[in-house]
Amino acid sequence: MTKKDLEKRIVTGPDGKQFEIDPIKDYFLDAKPEVHSPTSFKVVEKFLNWARSESIWILGYGTGCGAMELPPLMTPRFDAYRFGIQMRPTPRQSNLLIVSGYLGIKTLKRVIRSYEQMQNPKYVIALGSCTINGGMYWDSYNTINRLDYYMPVDLYVTGCMPRPEALLAGFDKLKELIRTGQAENANKYAEKFDWYKKNQKQIIKDWDMPDYNW
Amino acid sequence: MNFDWIKILYSLLTIFIVMNIGLVLQGIMRKLGARVGRRHGIRIYQAYIDLIKNYSIRSSVSHGVMFFLGPVFRLAGGVGMLLFLPVIYGSEHFSNFSHYGDVTLIMYFMFLGMLGMAMGAGEAGHPYSPIGISRGLAQLTASEVPLILAIISVMAQYQTFSITEIVAAQQGGIMNWTLFTNPFATAAAMLSFLGAMGRAPFSVVIAPQEIPIGPPTEFNSTYLAVLQTNRAIFPVAKVIWYMALFFGGATSWPILIIKAIIIYFWSVFVGAVFPRFRIEQSLRWFVKIPALLGVIAIILVQV
Repeated sequence: MTKKDLEKRIVTGPDGKQFEIDPIKDYFLDAKPEVHSPTSFKVVEKFLNWARSESIWILGYGTGCGAMELPPLMTPRFDAYRFGIQMRPTPRQSNLLIVSGYLGIKTLKRVIRSYEQMQNPKYVIALGSCTINGGMYWDSYNTINRLDYYMPVDLYVTGCMPRPEALLAGFDKLKELIRTGQAENANKYAEKFDWYKKNQKQIIKDWDMPDYNW
Repeated sequence: MNFDWIKILYSLLTIFIVMNIGLVLQGIMRKLGARVGRRHGIRIYQAYIDLIKNYSIRSSVSHGVMFFLGPVFRLAGGVGMLLFLPVIYGSEHFSNFSHYGDVTLIMYFMFLGMLGMAMGAGEAGHPYSPIGISRGLAQLTASEVPLILAIISVMAQYQTFSITEIVAAQQGGIMNWTLFTNPFATAAAMLSFLGAMGRAPFSVVIAPQEIPIGPPTEFNSTYLAVLQTNRAIFPVAKVIWYMALFFGGATSWPILIIKAIIIYFWSVFVGAVFPRFRIEQSLRWFVKIPALLGVIAIILVQV
């Protein structure tokens, strides 16, 4: 798909009837993300937060070398299933996005699309030094340096590369954040949506997707 | 007409108990899969937490009316099938509508959810959903060939369409079960059961790594939670259906649970050992030996 395919145009149907199509409007949802505040009943929210923290479904975004650290998590040696952590192949059903390693500008686009397709509440773990300050790619022409300019990050797991144990410790910390109600970054993203979009568009020059594609 | 309101409560209670059986079985099943892989695996109650979590997701995205109705159809298929089965034979409270439905109605209910899901997943617009759906429908159709043959044989054997009467004919000792009076039909049906449960080697429908979990790819938060609820109820309903046809039904909840575990784990054990078939392999597999067993069963009943 090229940028041209997303432009408005007149199409002739099989019955000779002409109609206008606007792919961005027709193929994607175009509502801005909303803030979904927690329920006002504290006990209920606490219980739901416990459930959320004990059932974390991961969307593993294997961008760099960090992708190598994710599969061992699920194998007998580390076995993250014990802690209620499961891999999920689609962003619609995931709660936690793991950005594992450096992000090229092209990749960032896909990460943003994946992140926006996830449902509130959603969490982001950034893995490795590359997501904090660029790491060994800090002066590269085509990678980003700081992930939290583009999407709110709940937790950084540092290292180059962090081992699966570090990631497990990270999950524990994340669970604590969720249980104490501090992991509300999906709402933060909705609140500061314009700021994040501005940052994203600043670095992604060929913006050939709708603004809100979730 | 006198309408007994308490029956609604008993129906809901049936659904609730069956859902819990399904959730626990799911947990044990995944634990077993993990132990086979030498892992500790998930906690047995993980399915409950997943369900609560998915119901508690705050936002959801709908792609249209059929997308909304897809999970509803799926759940209606599971619950409908359950309510038309004699869950506990001879019990006034837990036989629900089993006197009004017959074998063909249950066969329809088995397909209803899949068809509703097909339309819902189609509207989601994700390319992987129709792939999963076309595979699912093809495989379900193929797996119903031996099942239908077995059921025709059983119906001919007992000279009735009514499930309650089929169960009634099997009472009075283990040797009266269809398992022993018509072993070929049972064998055909139990092989078809593997396909109906959608576990390995017939799990290519949801193939998590290849076509991200197939039909439910786009279903999120509460939609997914409804599908999960159905995933707890529907397999147990299927197990009860097989139990009624071939294993003498159940006269009390403990017996139902024991028989359900044994029948359910038949597919789990097979799934833990065998790798996944491609879709055309599984289609061919169903129309060979299982279908042949079904034909033999019919011939033997008629002779």
